[in-house]
Amino acid sequence: MQDTLLEVKNLSVDYETDEATFYAVNDISFKLNEGETVGIVGETGAGKTTTALAIMRLLPARTGRITGGEILFKGEDLLKKPENEMRLVRGALISMIFQDPMTSLNPVMTVGKQIYESLEIHNLEHKSKQQLEERVDELLELVGIPARRKNEYPHQFSGGMKQRVVIAIALACEPKLLIADEPTTALDVTIQAQVLEMMHDLKKRFGTAMIMITHDLGVVAETCDNVAIMYAGELIETGRVEDIFEGTLHHPYTKGLFGSIPDLETSANRLHPIDGLMPDPADLPTGCRFHPRCSQCMEICKTTHPKRVSFNGHDIVCHLFTEGGAGK
Amino acid sequence: MTPDKTQEQPLLKTVALKKYFPVGGGMLHAVDGVSLEIAKGKTLGVVGESGCGKSTLGRLVLRLLEATSGEIYFEGRDIRKLSNEEMKAVRPQMQIIFQDPYSSLNPRMSVYELIAEPLIMNHVCKNKKELNMRVLGLMRTVGLATRFVSAYPHEMDGGRRQRVGIARALALQPKFIVCDEPVSALDVSIQAQILNLLMDLQDELGLTYLFITHDLSVVKHISDEIAVMYLGQCVERASSEELFKQPKHPYTKALLSAIPIPKLRPDRKKHIIRGEVSDPIDPKPGCRFSLRCEMCKDPCMGRDVELKEVSQGHFVACRMYEEPGFADDK
Amino acid sequence: MNGNMKDASPKKHVSLSLTEDEAVNFKKKSQLKEVWRRMRKNKMAVVGLCIFTVIVLCTIFADLIVDYDKGIDQNIEIRLQSPSAEHWFGTDMYGRDMFARIIHGTRYSFVMGIVAVIVGITIGGTLGAVAGYYGGIVDTVIMRIMDTVMCIPFMLLSLTIVSALGPGLVNVLIALMLSMVPNYTRVIRSAILTVTGMDYIEAAKSCGTPNRYIVFKHVLPNAIGTVIVQATMSVGSTIIAAAGMSFIGMGIQPPAPEWGSMLSEGREYMRYSPYIVLFPGLAIAFSALALNLMGDGLRDALDPRLKD
Repeated sequence: MQDTLLEVKNLSVDYETDEATFYAVNDISFKLNEGETVGIVGETGAGKTTTALAIMRLLPARTGRITGGEILFKGEDLLKKPENEMRLVRGALISMIFQDPMTSLNPVMTVGKQIYESLEIHNLEHKSKQQLEERVDELLELVGIPARRKNEYPHQFSGGMKQRVVIAIALACEPKLLIADEPTTALDVTIQAQVLEMMHDLKKRFGTAMIMITHDLGVVAETCDNVAIMYAGELIETGRVEDIFEGTLHHPYTKGLFGSIPDLETSANRLHPIDGLMPDPADLPTGCRFHPRCSQCMEICKTTHPKRVSFNGHDIVCHLFTEGGAGK
Repeated sequence: MTPDKTQEQPLLKTVALKKYFPVGGGMLHAVDGVSLEIAKGKTLGVVGESGCGKSTLGRLVLRLLEATSGEIYFEGRDIRKLSNEEMKAVRPQMQIIFQDPYSSLNPRMSVYELIAEPLIMNHVCKNKKELNMRVLGLMRTVGLATRFVSAYPHEMDGGRRQRVGIARALALQPKFIVCDEPVSALDVSIQAQILNLLMDLQDELGLTYLFITHDLSVVKHISDEIAVMYLGQCVERASSEELFKQPKHPYTKALLSAIPIPKLRPDRKKHIIRGEVSDPIDPKPGCRFSLRCEMCKDPCMGRDVELKEVSQGHFVACRMYEEPGFADDK
Repeated sequence: MNGNMKDASPKKHVSLSLTEDEAVNFKKKSQLKEVWRRMRKNKMAVVGLCIFTVIVLCTIFADLIVDYDKGIDQNIEIRLQSPSAEHWFGTDMYGRDMFARIIHGTRYSFVMGIVAVIVGITIGGTLGAVAGYYGGIVDTVIMRIMDTVMCIPFMLLSLTIVSALGPGLVNVLIALMLSMVPNYTRVIRSAILTVTGMDYIEAAKSCGTPNRYIVFKHVLPNAIGTVIVQATMSVGSTIIAAAGMSFIGMGIQPPAPEWGSMLSEGREYMRYSPYIVLFPGLAIAFSALALNLMGDGLRDALDPRLKD
């Protein structure tokens, strides 16, 4: 179980446009073991989706550029694979669920056909049409949709149902890794609970590893084993879910994120948001990227980029912490 | 604003408010008999999932949409009976903050023009100088730097745009503001800034809010009282604390347990309801939630369930609390 | 005020207005200046504007540039001459000076094209805006009438109107702009419909803005892009349409120098003396080009979202 499935090493991604270069992902590294789930948390523009697209090698061809690093999937560097091999990896070994189920399905194709198509593309065992059709039925039932509805079109399904279809397509070939980009953000809370529960069950059943991209710390607490908190294209804190939610050592940004969410259990009176705004990815601050918004900012933060400090697998990138010791 | 006086007369009160939209297959019951009360200086949170009619409700109480039937009392007067002229006088006292700060600001108007619009339209300021000072004053109140005065909406981030929206709503010194999901489109850290701003403004200006949202943690944070809506009807209403401590309606219970909480508690029992929101077109009489309800029994159908007070200030529309022993013989 | 009120926050200054001595000096940029500044940045738009200015100057000062009579008086001896120092653009089959005809032609063709489009768009725009904004029965009535009118081909409709009113500059103008109205109504209505769905219209209503103000301040400015492009594109085709009418004798009566009729009259002589069609053709092409470039530039300059 504890074999490393995916290892991202020093990955950097830029978007280049005529006007400026946007440094979307800057030197991030993380590991994912087989069957585990890592949650990537951050706000809009933190570079979460870019990371996912880089792993899938689906960055917009004209502007997106991977400027460095390695993405090792089962020890093989995906960045070195030619496009035709990559096509076999996508869908079969790694698949992705997008945020908006309304736009990720083809509106003029029945849902059954759409699932069938993804099976057909990766049909390496040369199964018969009959077998593939049976598999479509099986997949639909698996995600909680009666198989008789396979001849219906996406508009006949509700948002939650559509997201189930998208998940069925993603799981069609039993991939080793599933990347879910805000899979439940567009859904209502009761439907979100249903979909999350289903994803959890399926993940256990197939032993799929998962990267869960979200801005919702609640979803992370419920689904993830590891958490990576992303800010301005960097992973500023990574660790086991217990370290993040129950540990005492935190990056100031992590503290800010938690302080921004109204607590359901205690009646805290005032929220403690982080002042200021996310920096412009075309013009990142020097030193620690977070220093202009940080309440504990020191002189050194303004000039020097902090190093990663590790506490038993719980890593924090902040000057407040020194190796082996707690913060000041 | 003495406490006893607020007890006597709510600032806003609706009685059996209904709004039906004609659609292809019949009548869509967007809001179906909602009765609410909001005391002066308080916040009533309205929660529900998409399609439950909460946004329609917000527009109805402002008469941005005309209700099909029912009454809306603002400071004791039924505003549905007011003429257009009389309504013009009331309108400045009731304002709205929109969900989407991207589409609720005219992209061709600068921040100055946007904030000045309500002032000019209602002839609030005598001269240009007074107008300038009012606009800049409003910008300061909502925490917008003066350098944005000639910026256009697309040049600002979501949080700042929402501040412009709030400044517009405050411009006419309203007593009552409908906040229609004002923070849903924003990131959590910005969301918290806006929530704090809204609460400060309420504190300082004595505003009354109708706060519409789908986010239960936000609604708990800002509301004094909460109304839960399901398919156009209010199924439960109670003080914020009471509702979270002792939810009575099965739907409220399900809703509360569905919220992902940012805490590790493997022992938390999830109570997931099956199925999805049914069609709001010509619903059959009876409890709207019955199709998804685990406790549902025969008496739930056939007759609409009324909102009943089960304990001090706690109203529920569920048969379980109407008939003693309903739940026992299960 | 409130029992479980949120904990004490540092009280901020809450007056909704600044006091006299707090007033900060700020300069609101003039909108016209902004539009002009953005327009200047667009090179093609500036080129268009220059050509347009030249044509407008020609229209105004035609009599000072060249004598009108030179373009009217026939002189068979000098017919079909190539351009020379004396006759810059050559002469036509009746020996009339082409340069004079082109310059004075601006007063007919160019003015007619622009006036027809402006009036057509004003009527069509108002109808479209009313139909789109108010919707319901008003919309249905206006649009069904427009649909009916649209069934009749443009040329046939203009011809019918001219035959009813009789030939002449003003009547041709009326015919052309009436035939354009349905098209504009349709285009503008759809542009308006997109805009009226936006939240800011509702926001304006909620602060008591009257309907007419909403239409002019919120709806039309946001729909103007489509209108400008449509308008500038149709000036060229309007000039051609007017030429067509002159050709069958229903338009402006000869010998008035109208570019379109110069084109069609010169058609027979094209093989021996191409200048006879080249210059009126160029005149029409340049007018249309200038307006198109200017229109595109103006549309972009008016949209603050495309700033810089």
